[in-house]
Amino acid sequence: MAKLILQRLGAGLLTLWLVTVLVFIGTQLLPGDVAQAVLGQSATPEAVAALRIEMGLDRPAVVRYFAWITGLLDGNLGTSLANGARISSLIAERLSNTLLLAGVTAFLVVPAAIVLGLVAAMYPESIFDRTVSMMTMFLVAVPEFLLGTLLVLIFAVNLRWLPAISYVTEFRSVGQMMQALALPVLTLALVLLAQMARMTRSTILNILSSSYIEMAVLKGVRRHRIVFRHALVNAMSPIANVIALNLAYLVSGVVIVETIFAYPGLAKLIVDGVSSRDYPVIQSCAIIFCSAYLLFILVADIAAILSNPRLRRRGH
Amino acid sequence: MATVNIEAPKVARGDALSKARFTLTWAGRIGAAIVLFWLIAAIVGPFVAPFTLGEFVSDNGFAGAHGDSLLGADYLGRDVLSRILHGAWLTLGMAGAATLIATSVGSALGIFAAIKGGWIDMIISRIVDTFHSFPTLILGLVIIAALGPSRTLLILMTGLIYATSVYRIARALGMDIVVTDFVQVARARGEHTSWILFHEILPNAATPLVVDFGIRLSFSILFLSSLSFLGMGVQPPYADWGSLVRENMSGLISGSLAPIYPALAIASFTIGLNLIIDDFAASSGRAIAGKIA
Repeated sequence: MAKLILQRLGAGLLTLWLVTVLVFIGTQLLPGDVAQAVLGQSATPEAVAALRIEMGLDRPAVVRYFAWITGLLDGNLGTSLANGARISSLIAERLSNTLLLAGVTAFLVVPAAIVLGLVAAMYPESIFDRTVSMMTMFLVAVPEFLLGTLLVLIFAVNLRWLPAISYVTEFRSVGQMMQALALPVLTLALVLLAQMARMTRSTILNILSSSYIEMAVLKGVRRHRIVFRHALVNAMSPIANVIALNLAYLVSGVVIVETIFAYPGLAKLIVDGVSSRDYPVIQSCAIIFCSAYLLFILVADIAAILSNPRLRRRGH
Repeated sequence: MATVNIEAPKVARGDALSKARFTLTWAGRIGAAIVLFWLIAAIVGPFVAPFTLGEFVSDNGFAGAHGDSLLGADYLGRDVLSRILHGAWLTLGMAGAATLIATSVGSALGIFAAIKGGWIDMIISRIVDTFHSFPTLILGLVIIAALGPSRTLLILMTGLIYATSVYRIARALGMDIVVTDFVQVARARGEHTSWILFHEILPNAATPLVVDFGIRLSFSILFLSSLSFLGMGVQPPYADWGSLVRENMSGLISGSLAPIYPALAIASFTIGLNLIIDDFAASSGRAIAGKIA
């Protein structure tokens, strides 16, 4: 088992390394002359040359790549081209906001989604199941910005309960924090809840269609006993998978939601970075997002190995 | 990493080998009607729109509905309905083109890898896995930062990003079919690989791949709209539905529905699409339901 987990860890690290190479190519090599791209066509050749030297673009790409990677490992991410601020301090400030948003959402949604999916799967084609399926299908199919704008229209414009914009530099009180977080969390939570409940339902249904469940049904075992004693044990690893995959969705989800509500998180930083062509900022943010994403998928893999006796025993 | 496609094998086993005819439920019919409506709108929209793309119907931004301007005015005073009708072609056309690329490239490579196996399969899968381990939106943002948001790039990029998902499904399908008796028999008969591909594998993989096309189309629309909403997609003077939402966001605070209408257009199309897809998927679901009821 340890061998299997180490293998996955190794594969994960290899992928992470490939991701850093691709991000480096994307932000340093593909734009052509980064200094020219940053300053625009109207810049004087002297200004471009000066920036090129300041950014170290006169060095070969391989040297720059290794300088960047060693910097990353040291926590030295360079400086922003847009405002000259240290990227590590920019990110530190934003990352905690994003983690707060994602953390609160996950904390609220994960248990609710699993219960919802489980109950829907226990009574397939019942009124409850049909309602859940229909509602979650709608929620999954609509873009996040429709949900976000509708929620703003209802809770901020018409009812005036909550602020439409969550731009706050620091939270002065818990109450204020909750007010600012309410709409972004609600938007993300609805999408996540729907996706996760759907995946949980189909996972459990998949297990319920296997032959040993059919055997239990033929023996006359009661429905809740089938679900809790037979199916759920085997559903652990697929459900761990579903959780991790959906948390990985949050990585993309926050990008849209932070933009709708002008929430000062990491996603806002990368989007602003792309519009101002601030390549060092894009680089660092992209690596953080990708590592988080990879980590969730790795966790899903390892959870699957741990809860599967057949995989667990291999390598002894 | 094999965890991502937990839904793939289900599609594979449910539909690959059965040729059950399926009929649309009432929900599926509504879905088909919505999809058909927007497809027609995409083609005739520019001709039936009450105003041209840049025409002003009001001196005020976010003016309410009046006269021919059924949905009111946008942030500059242009007709919202006309802009949605004009944007339909761009929105659906770009997503459709991207999905065609995704399905053709993804399924060709996936089935090829499944037939060949060995190191060819390993190399392609490794490359696809690496691109698959990017969160799509972040990958899109990095590519756009590098190459700029031209419409050709947006289509190609979206197509190739989703080709990685199609690849995994097509490969899983191919793997399932390659080991079946009829393929083994064809191989034993000495049939050529391309003959096996076109006569044995593709016919059996077609249904799930068509279903997947629908899912991918809905993802492509959401992805491209999201990029436009972030301001990284279609650039002015052109506007797809996502850009229409973005440019009118400032009206939301004052209660204008201008950003809601184009978002509803997107939602209605993707919901319609999903209603049709659900009917395809339901055939396997109902069999399961019967078992423990």
